[in-house]
Amino acid sequence: MSAPREVSRREFIQATSVAGAGLLIGFSLTGCAPTPTAPAGPPVPLNAWLRIASDDSITVIVDRSEMGQGVTTALPMLLAEELEVDWAKIAIEFAPADKVYTNPLFGMQGTGGSSSVRVAFVPLRQTGAAAREMLISAAATTWKVDRSECHAETGAVIHTSSKRKLRYGELVKAAAALPVPKDVPLKDSKAWKVIGTRTKRLDTPLKVDGSAVFGIDVKVPGMLVAVVARCPVFGGKVASFDAAKAKAIPGVRDVVQISSGIAVVADGYWPAHQGRAALDVKWDEGANAKVSSESIATLFAAKVAHPGAMAHHVGHPEAAPAGATMIDAVYQTPFLAHATMEPMNCTAHVRPDGVDIWAPTQLQTGAQMTGAAIGGVPPEKVMVHTTYLGGGFGRRIEQDFIAEAVETSKAMKVPVKVIWSREDDIQHDFYRTATLHQLRGGVDAQGKPVFLTHRMAAPSAMIRFFPQAVKNGLDGELVEGAVELAKAYAIPNAHIDCIMTDTGIPVGFWRSVSGSYNGFVVESFYDELAHAAKKDPYEFRRDLLAGAPRFLGVLKLAAEKAGWGTPPAAGISRGIAVFKSFESYVAEVAEVSVASDGTVKVHRVVCAVDCGPVVNPAIVESQMQGAIVYGLTAALYGEITIDKGRVVQGNFDTYKMLRMNEMPVVEVHIVPSTEAQGGVGEPGTPPIAAAVCNAIFAATGRRIRRLPIGKVV
Amino acid sequence: MPSFTLTINGKQQSVDVAADTPLLWVLRDNLGLTGTKFGCGIGECGACTVHIDGAATRSCSTPVSTVAGRRVTTIEGLSSDRSHAVQKAWIADDVPQCGYCQSGQIMVAAALLAKGGKPTDVDIDTAMTNICRCGTYQRIRTAIHHAAGEV
Repeated sequence: MSAPREVSRREFIQATSVAGAGLLIGFSLTGCAPTPTAPAGPPVPLNAWLRIASDDSITVIVDRSEMGQGVTTALPMLLAEELEVDWAKIAIEFAPADKVYTNPLFGMQGTGGSSSVRVAFVPLRQTGAAAREMLISAAATTWKVDRSECHAETGAVIHTSSKRKLRYGELVKAAAALPVPKDVPLKDSKAWKVIGTRTKRLDTPLKVDGSAVFGIDVKVPGMLVAVVARCPVFGGKVASFDAAKAKAIPGVRDVVQISSGIAVVADGYWPAHQGRAALDVKWDEGANAKVSSESIATLFAAKVAHPGAMAHHVGHPEAAPAGATMIDAVYQTPFLAHATMEPMNCTAHVRPDGVDIWAPTQLQTGAQMTGAAIGGVPPEKVMVHTTYLGGGFGRRIEQDFIAEAVETSKAMKVPVKVIWSREDDIQHDFYRTATLHQLRGGVDAQGKPVFLTHRMAAPSAMIRFFPQAVKNGLDGELVEGAVELAKAYAIPNAHIDCIMTDTGIPVGFWRSVSGSYNGFVVESFYDELAHAAKKDPYEFRRDLLAGAPRFLGVLKLAAEKAGWGTPPAAGISRGIAVFKSFESYVAEVAEVSVASDGTVKVHRVVCAVDCGPVVNPAIVESQMQGAIVYGLTAALYGEITIDKGRVVQGNFDTYKMLRMNEMPVVEVHIVPSTEAQGGVGEPGTPPIAAAVCNAIFAATGRRIRRLPIGKVV
Repeated sequence: MPSFTLTINGKQQSVDVAADTPLLWVLRDNLGLTGTKFGCGIGECGACTVHIDGAATRSCSTPVSTVAGRRVTTIEGLSSDRSHAVQKAWIADDVPQCGYCQSGQIMVAAALLAKGGKPTDVDIDTAMTNICRCGTYQRIRTAIHHAAGEV
């Protein structure tokens, strides 16, 4: 275990000569490799993801952000599978911003969309295999034998017949000079030794003794700390300000205006925070000063009175089929804040010749572009140092907190760390979109759903980041999952459309994005149809999913493991839901009780997931558990309300989180699968609200059509 | 600014800060002990939990002026080598995900176990009021039971 250290200039040049960019790796955040006993030479890069030192220690460059989802373990596992190394020798380091690390899912270096393992599954194994072959070639050359006479094993190359052995640390210099072989065959899955095992996380030791460096922990020489006063109304601006009282607070160094408001810069967080409290600012509240949750609901209701952009159309959904039993329903979901445990923060140092950014960011390319635009330097002069992230959930794709640090440092000409309070975090988020859904469904005399119309009004998060994804007025992301499920259930007459509706409230990507509301809405509504069909909600779904085997597989497994069809304990009711997102299929059964005062308690959740080949089952389980807690917190309590253009909630006393005493037992079952790989960070979230609400219906006959659930009275 | 002499992890240290400065920010900004985390500033989330005279205390809501002369232990002082029973159990059960809340969770769990005996699930529910947004609660519960076997 070594402490964070500076990478020497020489190491940096060597490391980046392969990666092909002049970017300083500011500090490394190592895993738990043993401290070298002998002085080691500088680690030698074999490619952009791997360095090996003469003491055999191995550094895997992780090009995705670690926000709890386990990439600092799962990605090294992929490389290690082919490299043939001792897992205990592996340490990790976060990648600098560089095109070589682009995430093919969004064409930028970033972490999101439950993509990290899927997009690396083949390339990182190929990287490990190529490096292994280079090490074998280096050994064969040394021994003057044919390389086919050698094999790699536990961090060494062995001449199979003579048992001669050279360690990777002894070979790496020679290996690095060799050409990188292409198309090295990968191991058959039956030969995997690392993939598929419950390998311990590399980041755990650092997270039990306080040594993991999160963004908020960054300290650089000469650094000041800033707290920013922002207009409480979205889109508002500074009209005027008087800094005298703020500057009178001991420890406050300066007060500067930046794009987002007024930055109070001090020796530490507390004087900056006190300085902001003392600051006199007059705000020009702008166009949104009258927006409220009620005005937004009214706006949505007006929008759904007219057709939207078509997302799905099949059969004859223009009119209800004769003889069908029809149900009409309106569903609503609120804005939600991300509330990562680590409040937003960023440290920046703007100099005439370049910019350094230390950030808990999900989007390194964005940070680099932000630093370049504000710092007035070319992107390659912006060094992005990614730290551990105290949660991400989509919030840290945004650039607002990075821009604030860069602007404030530019004004102060010293390194500045901007820290947000929890209130800043709750009140200045890019929220999960509020939505309104108008649904009509019908079941025929045999109890088959034969008709569905679903019209949604919601603001688009995609239009800001990926405007090219919006075509003919349709942000396909808004209806994702809803369309998939209508197809999976093979509803013969169906129409889904959508009206993108800006509300003035900023919206962004929130764990599982549209799945977080579509999972609730459509799986609750199909439950309504099951009830109208007088069928068991599980059997109703099962019978419809005959042509959708992966949906059916998780549905059956969750039902079986939950004991669906057997009587639950006294006072307990069950609900079920299934949803596909990020190419993974998840079904959940919730066991719920409703007390006489309307208090909902979730006792147990049984989750089944099919995400294709699994790299680390322990990480899949923890991601499912975490995604369920995230969705359950929102379902039970989550609501950001707007009044006079500003957020009403402020901290965890008014934006409530699920805690230990409310935590259900969560059981995760993984479908053995060789199908296409899906993500695991987000897909556990979409089904939970519907599973719980369907259980509440089973318990009380009350259909929850608006979240949060609150009390059921 | 007034000066305060504090006993942090067995070591006496002096800081010159405003009397209302929360202990959290003295630890983080003045003493460089960043293992203790800022989560809410109002004592709701528990990420800032330290021990003061052995009792789990939320340092974000504890003015430094109230701590003079008392024994403060932070996550850095719980053990020098991750050998505390709670840390060992946390490693064995791979509890953390993002890890940001875990210093606070560990400090509360350590104080709970220091009372002796084996805590029940209800004891754990009562003591462990810290927020974890990654949802590691189930493994925290398991790890506390495992650690209790060792204390």
